[in-house]
Amino acid sequence: MPLIEAKGIKKVYRTGDIDLCALCDVFLTIDKGEFVAIMGQSGSGKSTFMNILGCLDKPTGGKYLLEGIDVGGLDRDELAAIRNKKIGFVFQGFNLLSRASALENVELPMLYDGLSSKERKQKAMYALMSVGLEGREGHHPNQLSGGQQQRVAIARALVNNAPIILADEPTGNLDSKTSTELMELFVKLNTESNITIILVTHEPDISGYSRRVIKFLDGRVVSDEVKESGSDEVRK
Amino acid sequence: MINIPSTLKISLRALRVNKMRSALTMLGIIIGVGAVIAMLAVGTGASKQIEQQISSLGSNLLMVVPGATSAGGVRMGAGTQSTLTLGDADAVLKECPAVSDVAPVLGGVAQVVYGNQNWSTGVTGTTPGMLNVRDWKLSTGRAFTEQDVKSATKVCLLGQTVVDMLFGGLDPVGQIVRIKKIPFAVIGILEAKGQDPRGQDQDDAIYVPVTTAQKKLFGTAFPGMIRMMMVKAKSTEALNTAEREINELLRQRHHIGQKQDNDFTVRNLTQMMQAAEESSKVMTMLLGAIASVSLLVGGIGIMNIMLVSVTERTREIGIRMAVGAKTWDIRLQFIIEALTLSLTGGAAGIVIGLSSSQIISSLAEWPTIVSPLSVLLAFSFSGLVGIFFGFYPAYKASLLNPIDALRYE
Ligand SMILES: Nc1ncnc2c1ncn2[C@@H]1O[C@H](COP(=O)(O)OP(=O)(O)O)[C@@H](O)[C@H]1O
Ligand SMILES: [Mg+2]
Repeated sequence: MPLIEAKGIKKVYRTGDIDLCALCDVFLTIDKGEFVAIMGQSGSGKSTFMNILGCLDKPTGGKYLLEGIDVGGLDRDELAAIRNKKIGFVFQGFNLLSRASALENVELPMLYDGLSSKERKQKAMYALMSVGLEGREGHHPNQLSGGQQQRVAIARALVNNAPIILADEPTGNLDSKTSTELMELFVKLNTESNITIILVTHEPDISGYSRRVIKFLDGRVVSDEVKESGSDEVRK
Repeated sequence: MINIPSTLKISLRALRVNKMRSALTMLGIIIGVGAVIAMLAVGTGASKQIEQQISSLGSNLLMVVPGATSAGGVRMGAGTQSTLTLGDADAVLKECPAVSDVAPVLGGVAQVVYGNQNWSTGVTGTTPGMLNVRDWKLSTGRAFTEQDVKSATKVCLLGQTVVDMLFGGLDPVGQIVRIKKIPFAVIGILEAKGQDPRGQDQDDAIYVPVTTAQKKLFGTAFPGMIRMMMVKAKSTEALNTAEREINELLRQRHHIGQKQDNDFTVRNLTQMMQAAEESSKVMTMLLGAIASVSLLVGGIGIMNIMLVSVTERTREIGIRMAVGAKTWDIRLQFIIEALTLSLTGGAAGIVIGLSSSQIISSLAEWPTIVSPLSVLLAFSFSGLVGIFFGFYPAYKASLLNPIDALRYE
């Protein structure tokens, strides 16, 4: 059973009288442990697709199966539980709570999972350590650099042991050195923890980290390539 | 599974960030709760006072006064003289089975002198029955007797105010006071009773035998005339029977024909006072209701601020939803926030209410009574206001679409 199965997913936005097809019949399957890069020009529907995969948004047509379950049939709270346990989302704009410390931001998913405060703290500290932020747990987002903020967001995505991390242009706001470091972090999570990573990016060299590259154009998948050896070279 | 301590922590932090705004929002509730408590205290104080005054008058009391009753009250024609006599008073006591005691009243204001002190007070001539009728006890000395009435002895009972004015610290019993220059022996002191329902000091009084009053102090148009009589019925249930019996007896004694009006009026004091008490309770409720309106307005203030807060924090809500916050996690967060505002305001309002009640009673010399129930009521009402007005903003927040909330600018 594939981890993710998109069966003719459609997303139509209606603005005035015009129907805009942000996603048109997208068929895709992604297996557990894959590292997938999604590329395509701006407005091609990448974010729309990621939001649907992340259960933040609902398709207007088609079916989305996550671990074989039709997500379309779930209610708000069931979707919230999926976002909590199965999916870690990393956004371009970080989306951290500005009034909370790094530690509290990472604890957030566990807050909605009923863990004791001791357990929360322990796991959050471990997650911060694994993204290389020991000693920064008390810092607030405005006391951290962009790269560090994104690491906090990644720690938050990791902390509930979600099997999938979705990252929509995670390095879009960062310089190239920081971007490279973050990409290496994603690769490490993929290879060491076998977390499935789906990542939207514009930069071709960043897509080089992944084995599979899917290209979107005007809401459709126009290419889906699996490189057998390319990624290994980059990783060396 | 909802994590209350953490949710509370989140709510408190949000309130702390906007200290000024939270304080101003709370002010509405503080004023509301304070007003409810103070107004109820004023109203309850008034009712209580009336209640006390009623019981100070004596229980199961009827008053028989001369003159007929018209729609406007007691009507006395010019030159009309009292038609009530001591004989009437005796007859009422002897012939009305529902009556337990009768006290005739005859009196006026007179100058009283003791040593070099003098005081002007109401002097009432009556019979020994007065003490029973008014449920009045002596603090020292003895009451005058039927024998004193028969032989019109010059003895008197003093009210506490008169004692204070004339004697200072001395024991008046056995002393001689001069009423209208006539010497009277003080034989007893009445217990302090305080104000009557009309606000008059009941202790500013002297009681003497009715015959002495008639013969020595206040001359009357004809012998045996009295100003009115006070009648005690055997029980509260017997009040109406007593009233009917007195009416029948006096009509007969005064030879009043079938179609003629009474030349006297029987007033049921207890009923009148109960009506006064009832109206003061209505006033209490009215005051409370008006004050509750300000509590309601405070609640609307909370709702307003919570709606602003939800809008301002749309992205935060989106982030929480994205990492798994469920409908009730979001709702509780905002409800707890509203509750914190309203309950903190409520607690402060209790303090304000208590202290303003104190201030009212000391400045306006108006007795206020803060009942624990009114405090509880106001506090729980403020809690309800918080939940009620917090729910809509919380509900609105919880229904946001995660992606729309995240994209909100
Ligand atoms: N909320 C929306 N309302 C209307 N149109 C939208 C909305 N969100 C996205 N779109 C449109 O859908 C298309 C795909 O957008 P998006 O998925 O954000 O593209 P990408 O992430 O590839 O740049 C764009 O044409 C965009 O204008
Ligand atoms: Mg995008």
